[in-house]
Amino acid sequence: MREVAVVSFAQSRHVRREARNEVEILMPVVHEAVERSGIARPFDFTCSGSTDFLQGQPFAFVMALDAAGAWPPIAESHVEMDGAWALYEAWVKIQAGQADTALVYAFGKSSPGDLPEVLSRQLDPYVVAPLWPDAVSLAALQARAWLEKTGRSERDLAEVAARSRRSAKANPHATLAGDYEVAKLLAEPHLAAPLRRHDCPPICDGAAALVLAAGDVARRACKRPAWIRGIDHRIEPHALGARDLADSPSTRLAGVRAGVGKGGVDVAELHAPFAHQEWILREALGLGAGVDVNPSGGALSANPMMAAGLIRIGEAARRISDGAARRAVAHATSGPCLQQNLVCVLEGA
Amino acid sequence: MGDASEPKPVKTIKTPMRLEYQYTAGEATSRYLRGIAQGRILGQRCPSCKKVYVPPRGSCPRCAVATTEEVQLSDKGTVTTFAIVRVPSENISVPLPFASVHILLDGADIPFFSVVQGCPLERVRIGMRVRAEWVPREELAPTATSIRWFVPIDEPDVPFEKLEAAL
Amino acid sequence: MAERCAVVGIGQTHHTARRDDVSIAGLVREAALRALEDAALDWGDIDAVVVGKAPDMFEGVMMPELYLAEALGAAGKPLLRVHTAGSVGGSTAIVAASLIEAGIHERVLTVAFEKQSESNAMWALTVSTPLQSTVVAGAGGYFSPLIRGYMRRSGAPEDTGIRVALKDRKNALKNPYAHLREPEISFEMVANSPMLWDPIRFHETCPSSDGACAMVLSSERSAARGAHPPAWVHATAMRSEPTQFAGQEKINPRAGQECAKELYEKAGITDPRREIDVAEIYVPFSWFEPMWMENLGFAPVGEGWKMTYDGVTALDGELPVNCSGGVLSSNPIGASGMLRFAEAAMQVRGQAGEHQVEGARVALGHAYGGGSQFFSMWIVGSAKP
Repeated sequence: MREVAVVSFAQSRHVRREARNEVEILMPVVHEAVERSGIARPFDFTCSGSTDFLQGQPFAFVMALDAAGAWPPIAESHVEMDGAWALYEAWVKIQAGQADTALVYAFGKSSPGDLPEVLSRQLDPYVVAPLWPDAVSLAALQARAWLEKTGRSERDLAEVAARSRRSAKANPHATLAGDYEVAKLLAEPHLAAPLRRHDCPPICDGAAALVLAAGDVARRACKRPAWIRGIDHRIEPHALGARDLADSPSTRLAGVRAGVGKGGVDVAELHAPFAHQEWILREALGLGAGVDVNPSGGALSANPMMAAGLIRIGEAARRISDGAARRAVAHATSGPCLQQNLVCVLEGA
Repeated sequence: MGDASEPKPVKTIKTPMRLEYQYTAGEATSRYLRGIAQGRILGQRCPSCKKVYVPPRGSCPRCAVATTEEVQLSDKGTVTTFAIVRVPSENISVPLPFASVHILLDGADIPFFSVVQGCPLERVRIGMRVRAEWVPREELAPTATSIRWFVPIDEPDVPFEKLEAAL
Repeated sequence: MAERCAVVGIGQTHHTARRDDVSIAGLVREAALRALEDAALDWGDIDAVVVGKAPDMFEGVMMPELYLAEALGAAGKPLLRVHTAGSVGGSTAIVAASLIEAGIHERVLTVAFEKQSESNAMWALTVSTPLQSTVVAGAGGYFSPLIRGYMRRSGAPEDTGIRVALKDRKNALKNPYAHLREPEISFEMVANSPMLWDPIRFHETCPSSDGACAMVLSSERSAARGAHPPAWVHATAMRSEPTQFAGQEKINPRAGQECAKELYEKAGITDPRREIDVAEIYVPFSWFEPMWMENLGFAPVGEGWKMTYDGVTALDGELPVNCSGGVLSSNPIGASGMLRFAEAAMQVRGQAGEHQVEGARVALGHAYGGGSQFFSMWIVGSAKP
């Protein structure tokens, strides 16, 4: 396996509703990631993640290409998935020896549509989607299953929410940040029991970009590259009834394949849009009490669709490059109730 | 044997979907549309390659940099290529058949899509000079449809070679 | 050093306007099962799945790979979904190949599909916001002005397009999977068909099809099982350029030219016209054949039409193009690129039945998408690279 590292990362300020369009949001973010990498264009490979249904127009990624700089022509690809999977495709390209550098970016504007409704279009179109189950209700089903199985309480959810938003105070890109009292949170009405508003991610618009480089190119680009020591992703069956919603077997398997357990974990950036999911993921990855989970504030503080997973990798990488962590785990998810999961292990040396 | 009361197997289902989106024009398009509302066509010049884009997108796709310098353009231009559309589609706003065209506005460096009306279809040609037909002044609004279409004007055609060079 | 990648199984559905006998899952499974059978493999032999398709609005399902996880035997496996507009079928195959070349997996199933009848493709392509006026009627409306530009520049005879359409539709009669199979097709029939987006006539236009295509790709070490010899991937390449910028050459896009150049270099091809035995290229509107002949370096600029006129691209010509009937005969949009890649592989495996080119050893698969801006290509051969 070739040594590949994240050498730079940038993201937009994730706000509730952007007045700028996708290219206007993305361009400065791409420029920042490119500049920070110190690597001159063109990159050997460019890959992005986004989805048409978010903005209600086909070919969303085509419009975004202007931000990436596709002239002279570039080797470029796109996944209709979170940018974390675009990073995976780029990593594979480098592993195959077909690239030494890659630009990865992702973006999503959730504000134009009704996000929970839009996400219901991901469901089986014949027998589930016509019922229009929104994303929050589905997450609530999962939360209920988890509470019943583990015997934990809604307070455990509120504590994750409060901790996330407190951590987000140090994150200028976060949508939601601040000090929240658990007792006050628990006094709020349910949104979809057992979930309350604070257990759910904020809706926002945003973008992120990062640069991958191999071996010596990475060493020249960055004082302390965040080396990707392992990366794997797995999907579970789509039918919710065919899954144990209180667990995440695909995360567990991806974590084993990525080698999470091979060493200590200082930081874990987990893509858990709903509070109970952080518990499920921690357990699936075998993360102990000493791990600093979501120092960025996680998806509960900023959840730009299609970019949030890539941001977990970027945030983890940044902490390694800053010297704040020696070994980190980043996770990304896709689909209803953690159907698909990607795990990435990053190390400073 | 078929029995009249026996239900037929379900082969297909119709599941209508409705999703509402509120589109954000973005800064560049907003400025453009506000200009349209005033009967002006605004383009943007790239600071790097100096080309003028209309409608402006806030960025130059060739140079991948932000564009901010505004340029007011004429509403006269030249047809650079065209097609006669005869196939119906739900979203089309003019009657069939119609001439779908690329027009290079005077002062712009890229053509953009529009329609030519007020001219027999056989007369639509590369190099033809046209001018925008706006909606009446009191109907002007920040929408692309404030320009209804383009109509031919009485000016000599631009020779093909000159157009190719310009493009 | 990259691993060698072999195509060991190929499957496709019978492309047609409307498959109302299968769900989306049923459609993709049909192609996948045929590919597995061709490879003499089973679901459990597959390590990863790569799915490709064009805009989700074509079916009205967002990110359908999520719903298809079970149907594609992907539960517990890595699953990727590629979307690069019209070239997607090709890029999907390239992503799948890179997983083998990188030594990450031994066997990858790759599937591309479109079940356009479930939604309305023309609408989905024309969806615009209130911020833009709608004057572009689908892909035809977008490309026909470019075609007119080519006609003007090259001085090609006006019936060049008709000849391409006739050739491809006649070839389709030899392809049991093709959507449009018209035994009565003739020059007059094409020439007299209604103009849709002048200069493109009805019979010079691709159909809208439901269909899927699947391939099983394998490492060299795991390649030796099926009935047919493998097709070896000699080279792959992808290029993209912006949708539109000032001074952009849209008729002979640079991205296409550079993609082909890189492809030939990697494959060790110095004289493509002579060294490539057969080509499957993405021709959704007849005139794209002469345009791509030039873009791919098979003919000098302005002379691509001569290859059609002189019968060079005919089934029995020097460089047969689209023996399968091409996109003009079957167009499930997301699958069309992969069909080109698969048909190229079928040729060098000797698997193309009635539309087989005798002794084909090196074949080109080509796909493009967007406003002629996304290109993906591969060269496959019967010999190992």
